[in-house]
Amino acid sequence: METIQNHFFSDLSVMLGRSMRHIFRSMDTIITVTITPIAIMLLFVYVFGGAIQTGTANYVNYLLPGILLIAIASGISYTALRLFTDVQRGIFERFRSMPIAPSTILWGHVLTSLVSNAISVVVIMLVALLMGFRSSAGILSWLTVVGILALFTLALTWVAVIPGLTAKSTDGAAAFSYPLIFLPFISSAFVPTRSMPLVVRVFAENQPVTAIVNTIRALLSGQPVSQEIWVALAWCVGILIVAYIFAMRAYQKRV
Amino acid sequence: MQNIAIQVKDLQKSYKKLTVLKGVNFTVEQGSIFALLGSNGAGKTTLINILTTLLKQDGGTATVNGFDVASKPAHVRQSLSLTGQFAAVDEMLTGRENLIMIARLRHVKQPRQVADELLTRFGLTDAATRRASTYSGGMRRRLDLAMSLVGTPPILFLDEPTTGLDPEARIEVWKVVKELADGGRTVFLTTQYLDEAEQLADHIAILHEGKIIASGTLMELQKRFPPAQVEYVEKQPTLEEIFLAIIGKKEEQ
Repeated sequence: METIQNHFFSDLSVMLGRSMRHIFRSMDTIITVTITPIAIMLLFVYVFGGAIQTGTANYVNYLLPGILLIAIASGISYTALRLFTDVQRGIFERFRSMPIAPSTILWGHVLTSLVSNAISVVVIMLVALLMGFRSSAGILSWLTVVGILALFTLALTWVAVIPGLTAKSTDGAAAFSYPLIFLPFISSAFVPTRSMPLVVRVFAENQPVTAIVNTIRALLSGQPVSQEIWVALAWCVGILIVAYIFAMRAYQKRV
Repeated sequence: MQNIAIQVKDLQKSYKKLTVLKGVNFTVEQGSIFALLGSNGAGKTTLINILTTLLKQDGGTATVNGFDVASKPAHVRQSLSLTGQFAAVDEMLTGRENLIMIARLRHVKQPRQVADELLTRFGLTDAATRRASTYSGGMRRRLDLAMSLVGTPPILFLDEPTTGLDPEARIEVWKVVKELADGGRTVFLTTQYLDEAEQLADHIAILHEGKIIASGTLMELQKRFPPAQVEYVEKQPTLEEIFLAIIGKKEEQ
């Protein structure tokens, strides 16, 4: 093996800085990943909320976990889009022909996804706070919430890498995320699943969003978490592993 | 051996059943402009991709700046820069930001200063703070070339550098390429424009159906392939005539 000085972290920070600039310069990205989830939250709390029976007094508390997942799901669609643009415009090849740590090309996008989604999650939480969101969670519960959200983001980000590398068109690169954004609506995110017809209810109770939402909701409201946390973690880790394998395969094919 | 920048021996590459390179051989001297000429689909980009470590060959060897592309890819990447077929600039960033980004990735000292120097040199100072998405095709290509010069790599690969440019922008690019070679860099360029090779190159190789079918200086090529027709006016054959004559002969066989 040849030995050559590796600048992994400094290269990675350049890549991160570059993609973060893309985000802050794209009004479209900011509107979709932060303002739209906030709008959905406002809509559900102030328009539909009065008619929704969740069995909890504070509907913002009930709603917030699902809104965060919607924000993350729409956030990662832009990861796919940014990666796709890099590949199409040839800057991907330019980077690959340069003396930089090769793994930073993909990891730059992955890290950007984590950082940018963290920012939108914080912004949405602050708005929720203004709308009456309150949490009695302790430090450990908060850390667990952060961990689950980060794991969820990471898993979906690797899912996004696949269309980012393989899509034939811009629309194709973004389209895969629509079902992901829609999943929270057929879960316990907005209404309890017991109000749903049987078939829908079976689907809702066995898809990943419900387990994740219930776990985060329990953690934030200071209630003991049920076995569902393991289901939630299993989904996240499972998706992460499968997506990573396919993403790496797509990357090898590109290379 | 010291003055050889690129050496290619019996290079082979196929995609599934399609054989693109069938044993390509050539050498490029340091400080020269080498033009690889060929029609669309002749395998020019495949060859460049192998030489710039983006693609692995199936057989044969290639060395760039003395490093084997297969076993020392990182050293090879340090020796070169690639300007691809499409101007590979980051459209969301300004011209200056693009240059600073590349400078930081190449770990040059004082990235800002390097960026400003290149902006001046390529006449982009006025557009430095505008996003690259607002640039014209010629400006984008100039920025692209400027990005390739950051960190002064000794060997430059230009894959069809003037494809899609208007005549004025083309002449601009030619000027830059000539300056680079005068400054001692090795330039390896591919083109399908015969006049481009004729204008720029010290050495020309013609890639046809996966092999180099002719190679030499323009003069050498002209000597080897005199035009077939009798003319009353004294006239040197243009490279276009040489090219067509060779292709024609090959296909008759």
